[in-house]
Amino acid sequence: MNWGTLHLILGGVNRHSTSIGKIWLSVIFVFRIMILVVAAESVWGDEQSDFVCNTLQPGCKNVCYDQFFPMSHIRLWCLQVIFISTPALLVSLHVAYKQHEEKKCLEKRQGLLKQEEVEALRKQKMRIVGAFWWTYVISIVFRIFFETVFTYMLYFLYGGFQMARLVKCSASPCPNIVDCFISRPTEKTVFIIFMTVVSGVCGLLNVAELFYLLAKACVRQTRRRPHPSHLPRSSEKEQNEMNELLSVDATHQKMVLELNKTS
Amino acid sequence: MSWNLLRDVLSGVNQYSTIVGRIWLSVMFIFRVLIYVVAAERVWNDEQKEFTCNSRQTGCENVCFDYFFPVSHARLWALQLILVSTPSLLVVLHVGYREHREKKYKKKLYEDKGSIDGGLWWTYFFSLLFKTGVEISFLFIIVWMYNGLTIPRLVKCEVKPCPNVVDCFVGRPTEKTIFLYFMIASSILCIMLNICEMSYLIIKHCRAQCAERSVRKARSSKCGCDSLQRDQARLKALQNGTLRSTMSVQTM
Repeated sequence: MNWGTLHLILGGVNRHSTSIGKIWLSVIFVFRIMILVVAAESVWGDEQSDFVCNTLQPGCKNVCYDQFFPMSHIRLWCLQVIFISTPALLVSLHVAYKQHEEKKCLEKRQGLLKQEEVEALRKQKMRIVGAFWWTYVISIVFRIFFETVFTYMLYFLYGGFQMARLVKCSASPCPNIVDCFISRPTEKTVFIIFMTVVSGVCGLLNVAELFYLLAKACVRQTRRRPHPSHLPRSSEKEQNEMNELLSVDATHQKMVLELNKTS
Repeated sequence: MSWNLLRDVLSGVNQYSTIVGRIWLSVMFIFRVLIYVVAAERVWNDEQKEFTCNSRQTGCENVCFDYFFPVSHARLWALQLILVSTPSLLVVLHVGYREHREKKYKKKLYEDKGSIDGGLWWTYFFSLLFKTGVEISFLFIIVWMYNGLTIPRLVKCEVKPCPNVVDCFVGRPTEKTIFLYFMIASSILCIMLNICEMSYLIIKHCRAQCAERSVRKARSSKCGCDSLQRDQARLKALQNGTLRSTMSVQTM
């Protein structure tokens, strides 16, 4: 169990995403998860063992470390990536639901589907319209929200995006004020700035995707309205109801026959 | 041997689960197992090394650590995740048993081997009950063992060979407390999902039973002039008696 599982889950959603969504996914995996795993984790690996305080008082180092690093950057970034990836599950659920409905419809019309037909149905790309559009937009809104919240948390917890070389600690049991030194502060600052910039880029991609979807929806609406050959919405609805009643009637007759057979 | 084995085994369960069961599975893997492996395990990695006592008495640190942390949170969670995931295997075993029966008698005994009805319904229900029981038990164990839901910065230790009362300091207490809250919240979410799923199963089962009873009544009434609507409702109820959804979530 590692980031590969997340990659599998999100890879499935990728098929139904917009182009901006696909770019966002690549940025997440290449510039965030990969950097986290191959570089950032080694930099933060010795964060507590190499955190030294200018005192022999036992426990002072532990207490000062806890005071200045309530939550490690690495853990915050891991949680951030997991949380911003999970709205994609909403999209995944909606896709699965729609595919299940389509499969039911096809089976009603032509009987049990073969394995290849089921696979072809699964691989079909869904158009981002109707209820699916809303699910997709909500997932993007959640992504933007989590991105912002975590970036703000990082800024709030550490008073900025820089790692100091020296911190002055006066928490008990440290006697008076004690100088504590952080390991690799410059390298950590570079990574913090890098990850914050990538987080900003991902946020901008999400905002761009949101505007793209809104623009597409507006264009779709304007295209629908002026076209004279299109049936007005109310008569289209009536036509659909009539078609449904006709098919229901046929199904009823079939059911009566089946019931009579079984009894 | 790692968490991937659990993931592979449980992915097989997915096809026999209800929709709530699939949501539960995603929550399990993403919010619990993944977070445990990539984050929580590392926070508790150096817990004994960073546990410091204000004493030079040899053995005092070891004894105090053992007294205050009899079983590490990380190990408790690993146990909890394994025990909570494995009842789902009972469902897979039951479906396997059905397939075995069909092979043995060389005829089609079940319309749909994976459909949650009959004996499989009870197996599924008991697996949910067991999962919920395990989750609640572990929550109680954590609260009882550590007297609450926070990890203190400082603990006062009087266990021999420590002289008098010795101050001992825990490593990363705030980060550990945050992860403790996170894991408890995800455990409570899983308990609620299990309860929802149990209610969903009971309601579906009751509806199927009612529909079956009304079909039997209609057959025994010998009246051949049933209305079209009643026939449709009866047949629909019979068809809806099969609970399993046939499409699985992509990659779940």
